[in-house]
Amino acid sequence: MQVKLFSHMSESTALLRDRMENTMCGIVGLFLKQENLRPRLGDMLTDMLITMTDRGPDSAGIAIYGDEMDGLKVTVQSDDATSAFDGLQDELTERLGTSVPVRVLDTHAIITLSRDKRDEGLACLEERGLRIMGVGDAMEIFKEVGLPKDVADRFGIRAMQGSHGIGHTRMATESAVTTLGAHPFSTADDQCLVHNGSLSNHNQMRRRLARDGFVTKTENDTEVGAAYISSRIAKGDTLGEALEGTLKDLDGFFTFVMGTKNGFGVVRDPIACKPAVMAETDDYVAFASEYRAFADLPGIDTARIWEPEPATVYFWER
Amino acid sequence: MQTLDMNDIDLRAVNATLQGATGNDTEFEVLNLRGSHAVAVGLDAPIDVTLHGSAGYYCAGMNKQAKITVKGSVGPGAAENMMSGEVIVNGDASQYAGATGHGGLLVIKGNASSRCGISMKGIDIVVGGNIGHMSAFMAQKGNLVVLGDAGDALGDSLYEARLFVRGSVKSLGADCVEKEMRPEHLDLLADLLSRAGMDAKPKEFRRYGSARELYHFKVDNAGAY
Repeated sequence: MQVKLFSHMSESTALLRDRMENTMCGIVGLFLKQENLRPRLGDMLTDMLITMTDRGPDSAGIAIYGDEMDGLKVTVQSDDATSAFDGLQDELTERLGTSVPVRVLDTHAIITLSRDKRDEGLACLEERGLRIMGVGDAMEIFKEVGLPKDVADRFGIRAMQGSHGIGHTRMATESAVTTLGAHPFSTADDQCLVHNGSLSNHNQMRRRLARDGFVTKTENDTEVGAAYISSRIAKGDTLGEALEGTLKDLDGFFTFVMGTKNGFGVVRDPIACKPAVMAETDDYVAFASEYRAFADLPGIDTARIWEPEPATVYFWER
Repeated sequence: MQTLDMNDIDLRAVNATLQGATGNDTEFEVLNLRGSHAVAVGLDAPIDVTLHGSAGYYCAGMNKQAKITVKGSVGPGAAENMMSGEVIVNGDASQYAGATGHGGLLVIKGNASSRCGISMKGIDIVVGGNIGHMSAFMAQKGNLVVLGDAGDALGDSLYEARLFVRGSVKSLGADCVEKEMRPEHLDLLADLLSRAGMDAKPKEFRRYGSARELYHFKVDNAGAY
């Protein structure tokens, strides 16, 4: 039966709703296709992130896929960094019986664990009350409450180098303004997700994923999205297949940008009211909520620029 | 020709200059937009404005009389609520381009994404490429011409706007149907294509319009509420 939609929702409410949703959160992503820009990754991503401040001034976060170390990189966070990281290196080195490098960056620290000490090391960190933000060969995650510029400065993200990265500026709608509510969310090694939108079936999906062993740490809807994608990859899906699955299994508004150790993917829900634009040159693929974030990228004037189609998966892997 | 460089002057100054344009100065160009929002909005004089670069949200909104040419792409809500005049976008347009427009001509040479011409009320929109889903939703009056393809749910809950599509239509929305192309429609289309500077033959298009089945409440549908 056909029913005129006007009866349910006036046109002005529909447009207003579109607008409100369009101003919530900004996301950026940059995937380098050539080595030459690697030293500039942090610098380029920082500019992109700061440009998206209007869209999300309450917290910001960035995941950088940087140099691989001789071991597993664990990013931890503490609200009381001065005391939390005090003596951490010595304690870990003593307990694990091997040298454990610790690099402290403001409220975060990157700890390089030898691979065979993974479980023991993570247990030690949790015992000390440190929040584990992410684990991986290449991925480091930095996120905090505050203006994107301040967050980027605190961690020195401008100086970081790497192959790809994703970032998020948050205007919270679905959970509290806290460090843990900020994006990116990592739910498996070297995998992380940023999201613009709001999921409506996240509680149901959270319970379903928990039964499968993918337990989330927060009440946040995006973390469920991340855990869903990680669960699909764990079952053998490619990044592309896992993102395709979000279109069937996740309900709500979303533009997702996902990072993996070697890849970078984008998908928008079928309604696609969350804005998105992409740019590609011989050197990089870039994603942003708005074109403004691309304005300073090298070669942007001749880049191929397009709006990703609704319900269509885009991904690049090296 | 007056040049406004956004590296030197801010958005408000640019818009104030364009909005205050009188008599003598009729040609303006704006440089270094860098995707700024709400550039060249609320103009109300027969001036000619060229924007060099891509613009963000709500470019050329609420236009009256002015001719605004964008030598790049535009973000969501371009040329919203136009009353008269002309807006020409050389690149692509994001969501809801030309929404609620009462008059004037919007030409998008590239693609327009979802909800193009939503609730249009008399504007003419000509798109050289494709349009996205839910385009011309609740469109009341005016013409939407698409040289490429249309996405899902074209013309949902359509009133009296006319839709002309040359390529494929993924699906029609509720109460939107294909209609016969009569000589007066071919004439109308020829005029629109020529005004938009588009090279296409009217006969290659199909016409879509409202079946007018949803104009009045039917008591049989009461259960749906």
